[in-house]
Amino acid sequence: MSQQWREYLQPDFFDELIGPEGPRPAARPLLDLLSKLGPETLRERQRAAELEIKTLGITFTVYTDGNAIDRAWPMDIIPRVIAANEWRRTEAGLKQRMQALNLFINDIYGPQHIIRDKRFPEALIATSKNFRPQCRDFTPPAGVWAHICGSDMVRDADGTLYVLEDNLRVPSGVSYMMMNRLVMKHVFPELFENQIILPVDDYPSQLFDMLAAMSPRPGDRPCVVVLTPGIYNSAYFEHAYLAQQMGVELVVGSDLYVGEDDGVYMRTIQGPERVDVIYRRIDDDFLDPEAFRPDSSLGVPGLLRAWRAGRVALVNAPGAGVADDKVVYTYVPDFIKYYLDEDPILPNVPTWRCEDRASLDHVLRHLPELVVKPANESGGYGMIVGPKASRAECERFADLIRSDPRNYIAQPTLALSTVPTLTDHVPEPRHVDLRPFILSGNEIQVTTGGLTRVAMVKGSLVVNSSQGGGSKDTWVVETGDAEAQG
Amino acid sequence: MLSRMAENMYWFARYLERAENVARLVTVTTNLMLDLPRQVTADWGPLVDITGSREAFMKRHGEISEHRVVQFLLADRDNPGSLISSLTKARENLRTTRDIVPAEAWEQINRIHLMAQDKMGEALSRRGRHEFLQAIVGHCQQIVGLLGGAMSRDEAYEFMRLGRYLERADMTTRILDVRSGDLLVEIPSDLMAYSRLQWMSVLKSLTAYQMYRRLVRSRVSGVDVVRFLLREERFPRSLQACIRTLEEGLAKLPHQEMPLRAVAQLKSLLQRADIAALAHESGTLHLYMDELQLKLAACHNAIVATYFTLEPMAAHVARPHPATIEPVPPPVHSPSQAQTQRAN
Repeated sequence: MSQQWREYLQPDFFDELIGPEGPRPAARPLLDLLSKLGPETLRERQRAAELEIKTLGITFTVYTDGNAIDRAWPMDIIPRVIAANEWRRTEAGLKQRMQALNLFINDIYGPQHIIRDKRFPEALIATSKNFRPQCRDFTPPAGVWAHICGSDMVRDADGTLYVLEDNLRVPSGVSYMMMNRLVMKHVFPELFENQIILPVDDYPSQLFDMLAAMSPRPGDRPCVVVLTPGIYNSAYFEHAYLAQQMGVELVVGSDLYVGEDDGVYMRTIQGPERVDVIYRRIDDDFLDPEAFRPDSSLGVPGLLRAWRAGRVALVNAPGAGVADDKVVYTYVPDFIKYYLDEDPILPNVPTWRCEDRASLDHVLRHLPELVVKPANESGGYGMIVGPKASRAECERFADLIRSDPRNYIAQPTLALSTVPTLTDHVPEPRHVDLRPFILSGNEIQVTTGGLTRVAMVKGSLVVNSSQGGGSKDTWVVETGDAEAQG
Repeated sequence: MLSRMAENMYWFARYLERAENVARLVTVTTNLMLDLPRQVTADWGPLVDITGSREAFMKRHGEISEHRVVQFLLADRDNPGSLISSLTKARENLRTTRDIVPAEAWEQINRIHLMAQDKMGEALSRRGRHEFLQAIVGHCQQIVGLLGGAMSRDEAYEFMRLGRYLERADMTTRILDVRSGDLLVEIPSDLMAYSRLQWMSVLKSLTAYQMYRRLVRSRVSGVDVVRFLLREERFPRSLQACIRTLEEGLAKLPHQEMPLRAVAQLKSLLQRADIAALAHESGTLHLYMDELQLKLAACHNAIVATYFTLEPMAAHVARPHPATIEPVPPPVHSPSQAQTQRAN
C-alpha cells in the first residue's frame, strides 16, 4: 500500500475502497490510477466536473436559500466502488424486502391478516400519519402499491450493510445517479477503459416499461405522464429529466382533470387526451383536494375516485407511505418471515420504538449516544444525532419524545463507512450512505448500485442533499474472482 | 402539446415583445424631447396613455413629469406593463418551458433580467438612459434571433409567434392612436416643422423610419405614416404584416377555425378603411383604432379559448364556450395569468 493511503485510513471506520491490508480488489485499478494522477490533476478534474454540472443545468433546490432556487448539484469525483458479487446479494435482499413490503401494504388496506394473526399491532395503523382510510378495500393492479422505492443503506464499522429506511412515497435521487455517471464519463474517460463497470443508464426504459405495464387499458400505447408540484419543488430537475428521458409529458395538477366518465384527461391544444398512468411526484396529502387536503392547489380533484374506478394507475399508489413510517420499518424483518416465510437477507439497524415503555426509558437515559428520528419525516428534518448534540438540545429533544413517543424511534449512532473524498489537500475519508432504487411492477428490478451520498464536512454523518450533502458516482465492478471484497 | 406549455410560450413572447417596445418608446420620446423648442411643452403624458395605464399612474403619482413617467414605465414593479415587470414575466413563463426551447434562450433572458435589475438606476437619468435601453432592445432581439435560428418550427414555435405578432400589432395601433391624437390637432404654422419631427418619432418608436424613407420616398406626412404603419405589407411591424403572420401561424395549428375567423374580421376592418379620410381628423382615427383594438382583443380571446382553456366536463369537445370559462389556475407561486392582461 502506498504511503498516501496508509496515512489516509482511520482506525474506527470501515472504508469502502481501502481495507486494513490495502486497496480492496474491486477498487484497486481505480486507486492505482488516482495515485498516478496525483492531487493536482484530481482537483483539475473536479473543477471540470463542476463546470460540466453547471453547463448541463443539473440542479437541486435548497429551501433555505430563499430566492436562489437553483443550486448546482454537488458531486465528488472519486467514485464509490462495490464489488459485483457483494452487490448481487444486496440486490436479492432488496427484492425480498420490496416484495414483503408490498404484500404488507396490500394486506393492511385489504383483509389485515397480519393484524388478526397478532403479528402486527392494530394501534400502529390507527395512529399512522400515512395510513389512508380512503384506500381501504381496494387492490391496485398486480397488488403493487409501492412501485418505486428508494431504500437507504449504511455500513457500520464491522462491515455490516444495513437498511436504514425505505422511502415509499416519492423518493428522489435517481436522476442524480444517472447524471453523476454521465459527468464522470465526460471528465474521467480513462477510468472506464480498463475495467468492467456495470452501466446505470437503463433506468428510464425500465421505469417506462413498468409504468406502461400498470395501464388500465392494456394493448394500446398507454399515455403516461409525470405529475410534478412545479418548478419550486426541490426535485423539479429530476421530474423534468425523467419525463424527458421517457419521452412523456411533464404535467402539473391544473393540466389534468377528471371527466364525468371518471377518466383522467390532459388539456392539450388538440383537446382533451386520456391519461392512463400517472407517475406522481406529489405527496398523498396534496394529490386530490376532494379526498385529502381540501386546500391543495397542486392536485387534481377526483383523482382518487378515478383511481378507485380503475380508470387510471397512480404510481406510487396513494397510501403506500404507510410502510414508510419508521416504526413500521422495525417490523419489516417480521413481514419477510410472515409473508414470504424466509429469513431476511439484509438486516435492519437495531431500533428502539419509543412508544414501548422500557425502550423509552432506555432511549431517554442514553440520548447522547443515540440517533433519534421522527417516524414520518424525510430529508433529515426533525432528528437529533446524540453525540453531536449539546446538552440543552438533548434535553429539549427528550421533551419532544416524551410528549409523543409513538412518533419517535432511536438507533445507535452508526460509524458510517467512508470513501476517499477530495479536499483542498489530499483525499480524506468522508462518511457515505447508499440509496438504491427498486422498481416493482410485474417483476422487481433494482438499479445497479444507486445514489451514494456523502457528508462533505469532516466527521459529519449527515448526508442528506437537503442538508448540504454531496454525492458520488457509484460503481458496481466485476472483479472476475468469486472472493468477497476485503 | 400541453395547453399550459402553449400558453407559456405565447405569453413569454408577448412579454418579451412588450419589454422591447417599452424600451424603444422611452428612447424615442427622450430623443424627441431634446429636439423640441421651448414654447412646445414636453408632454410625457401620451406615453402613459399608450401603455393604457393613466388611471393607475395618476392614482400613484398625481402629476406627470419625465422622471415619474420614466420610473413608472421602466422600473415600477407594481405597474404590470413596465419594462421590469414584462421582463420578469417573460422569464417566469420561460422557466416552465425550459425543456422545449434552446437552453441559450433561458440563459439570455436571465442575463437581461439581471442587467435590468442592476443598471436600472442609470436609465432614470437622461445620461445613462440611451445606452441602457439600447442594450435592452439588443438583448431582446438577440433572443428572438436565437430562437429563430435554433428552434424547430413546431407548435411551441408557432405559439410564440402568435404572441409576438399580436403584441406587436397591439403596440402599433396604440402608438398610432395616442400619438396621432395630439398630432392631428391644429398646429400654428411656425411649428409645422415640429409636427413632422413628431411624426418621425412615431415611425422611430416602431423602428420604421428608415424603411418608410426607402419605401414611401416622400416627405413625412401624417396620412402616409398612418397608411405605412397599417397597410405596408412589406414592413414587419405594420398591422398588415402582423395579420399575415397570424394567419400563417394559425394554419399550422389544430382547430384553428375560431381564431382564424377572428383574424379575418380584423383583416376586413383594415382593408375596408379609407386611410386618407381617417388621417384627416383625429376623432375618426381614434374611433377606428378603438375598433382595431377590439378586433385584436377578439383574436387573443379566440386563441385563449381554443388552446389554453378547456371545458373540464366536455371531454369530447375540443372547444368550449369562451365566455363561461375561467383561466386555468397557474401553478403555485407562478405569476397569476389573470394579471397578464393590460388594464385598458
